[in-house]
Amino acid sequence: MIVTIDDVVGELHDGMTIGIGGWGSRRKPMALVRAIARSGLTGLTLVTYGGPDVGLLVAAGCVTRVVTGFVSLDSIPLEPHFRRARGAGTVELTEYDEGMLYWGLLAAANRLPFLPIRAGLGSDVMRVNPGLKTIRSPYADDTELVAMPALPLDVALIHLNRADAGGNGRYLGPDPYFDDLFCLAAKRRFLSCERILSTPDLMDAGPPQTLLVNRSMVDGVVATPNGAHFTSCVPDYGRDEEFQREYATADFDAFRARYLDGDEAGYQAAIAR
Amino acid sequence: MTRADVCVVACAEAWRGDGAILASFAGLIPRLGARLAQLTFSPELLVTDGEATLLRDGQVEGWLPYRAVFGMVAAGTRHVMMGASQLDRYGNQNISCIGDWHRPKSQLLGVRGAPGNTVNHPTSYWIPRHSPRVFVEHVDMVSGAGHDRGAHEIRLVVTDLAVLDFATPDRSMRLRSVHPGVTVDEVVAATGFSLTVPDEVPPTREPTAEELTLLRKHLDPDGLREKEVR
Repeated sequence: MIVTIDDVVGELHDGMTIGIGGWGSRRKPMALVRAIARSGLTGLTLVTYGGPDVGLLVAAGCVTRVVTGFVSLDSIPLEPHFRRARGAGTVELTEYDEGMLYWGLLAAANRLPFLPIRAGLGSDVMRVNPGLKTIRSPYADDTELVAMPALPLDVALIHLNRADAGGNGRYLGPDPYFDDLFCLAAKRRFLSCERILSTPDLMDAGPPQTLLVNRSMVDGVVATPNGAHFTSCVPDYGRDEEFQREYATADFDAFRARYLDGDEAGYQAAIAR
Repeated sequence: MTRADVCVVACAEAWRGDGAILASFAGLIPRLGARLAQLTFSPELLVTDGEATLLRDGQVEGWLPYRAVFGMVAAGTRHVMMGASQLDRYGNQNISCIGDWHRPKSQLLGVRGAPGNTVNHPTSYWIPRHSPRVFVEHVDMVSGAGHDRGAHEIRLVVTDLAVLDFATPDRSMRLRSVHPGVTVDEVVAATGFSLTVPDEVPPTREPTAEELTLLRKHLDPDGLREKEVR
């Protein structure tokens, strides 16, 4: 089930709900994000711990709604394209606490309609999500909790350091983020990776507990070397801070013409100059 | 001794007596405060590198990916010091956006973990510039819940001018101490709501000789803290 970037984009449709792994400006499946930005897809709902994936797709006009707890470039705290779109009213937001987002994915992964959580109580997350309900414990404690609804996804896109052709995948950095949950919450799951290895070589590449996804959780694997650029993908590479600054400060149309209008090979050639 | 030194020590004091819990933070001054507390009067504190690694005096001592942080949030074994774009008298905090949420004048970070933090475990705030723009009657979006909205505990607010707490009958904000060289009137003028001011406001304690040495020689030899407090 090795596929190409185009195969992945070919499975997407206008209006889909797409979960994107990673966190902020860390290990984002940016090669796939770039391909979506080029695709002309519209009306997408993104579910993500937001970073430049959100900014890029919002600026490219692909996104109607973002479901998140934050959008940040980490070293640049505020995402400029997302900020602009929010101020202009051109993107809708479903704003949850970070832990609520985790719980929503966990509920979807477990085929539960909701999971109870304290996060959200007393905050304006309840005001800006009028559909959000609370639930009382049926036990003697009678605690009121937020009933965090499941966040089922049409498609999950994640990027890992290594995988085999079957869809077993391994992270090598310090944090798995929530990439396994994004896959478990989705109907169709695509894993991009720095390198595809034979299964024995993948097993030799680290300890068993860093094998984050297995092949029951993945429908297609695509090799995208440097495919998380300009976000970090440690230990393969860190964030390209200089390029991220260019992304954050450049006029988007100029940025798009210079880096996005070609294919992924063209992007990698353009950033190598 | 500089104002930044006083601020770092005031932040460190937020974690005094907390035991073996996770000290989390946003920003350099709170990070230096957490590490200073761990090196001195609160040696049991767990401190991260800001990502997934637990550090004790610069040495790795454990692993804490985000999903485990959420576990500690839910378990209550954590005390975070966050920033705030707006803060009201009960400690309601906003880091999400300025203006109407539906079409904000200025989109900021989003609520991040503030809702979960504030209802699960102690929360403190670090405000590098104490002003009426931050200390407001009503925040535009309640990201972190305050004491009138079910907060677990808003412990301290440390600013470039003063330390504030919530030791009042209705758990609204009170001036606890003013930093050396700052007057009570300056703090009152920089606060956009009426603050409880005790008859006697002590000065914020000065760093000890040991703390100053740790800060200057060990934790921040390049003096980066001076850039955060001006």
